Amino acid sequence: MSTIAEHTVAHVHRDDEGSRLGMWLFLFTELVLFGGMFLVYAVYRYTYQAEFHVAAKELNTSLGALNTIILLTSSLTIVLSIVALRKKNKKLSVFFQIVTMILAIGFLVNKYVEWNIKIHHGIFPGSEILLGKGNGEVIFFGLYYVMTGLHALHVMIGILLIEVMTGYTIKGRINESNYVRLESAGLYWHLVDLIWIFLFPLFYLIT
Amino acid sequence: MNSEHLESNVEHKPTYGIYILVWLVLMTLTGVTVAVAGINFGNLTIATALTIACIKSYLVLTFFMHLKTETATFKIFVAVAVLFLLISISLLFSDYSFL
Repeated sequence: MSTIAEHTVAHVHRDDEGSRLGMWLFLFTELVLFGGMFLVYAVYRYTYQAEFHVAAKELNTSLGALNTIILLTSSLTIVLSIVALRKKNKKLSVFFQIVTMILAIGFLVNKYVEWNIKIHHGIFPGSEILLGKGNGEVIFFGLYYVMTGLHALHVMIGILLIEVMTGYTIKGRINESNYVRLESAGLYWHLVDLIWIFLFPLFYLIT
Repeated sequence: MNSEHLESNVEHKPTYGIYILVWLVLMTLTGVTVAVAGINFGNLTIATALTIACIKSYLVLTFFMHLKTETATFKIFVAVAVLFLLISISLLFSDYSFL
């Protein structure tokens, strides 16, 4: 096995494969967390099909599509930062990590603008305008705020995580022969991207 | 030096190209899913959107998350996790399909 061979030669007690597997196990708990919410979504979308379609018209497809492009690109830059590091180009790796964080912040700014417009239109959980609408629309926006909100929280955690990794990379604690932490942070970031891949069509594209 | 040699023999040499290619495909699929959303296929609309989302997820998992170069253990773990999610989805729909 690759790791055994590496350890024997490097004489360092380190199990990169185990670390990555641990990260994957954590990601499975995230899958269940969001998976449960998607199940709730599925049930209510079946129950209130027409109202979900009407409610989804309120969402801005262009902003949603822009955020999809931003997240997919940030997924690319984080994976490129690992390639750059393995090619011993530390500066480029740090650059890609910083680009990833900038894109992530761009995503959050976009989300802030989007929520702000909605709140100004009086659409937020518990608002009189929303409660005046049908049950289906109330549930749609409830799910919209909870699911995109929880996703945005993951984006924030992702930024913090990558920031720590950038610090480690600059200090050399993450380097071309020891980059498993950057890989794990990358895995987390890709999961955030994966969830958005499903959130986007299910909320923005059902008009 | 020796350890590097071993590593490069076992793991695939890192290259930028494949990831940029995958990103381009992901972008194209996003374009397709937005364009197709305007067309009404009836019940197939949601199926189309979810199929494209699944293809995108597959690409992210395989290339960006490096499942392609991981050992069988990783692939089995992910397959089992996804299988259990699919079981809960199908059990749910067996309950709600009368709606």
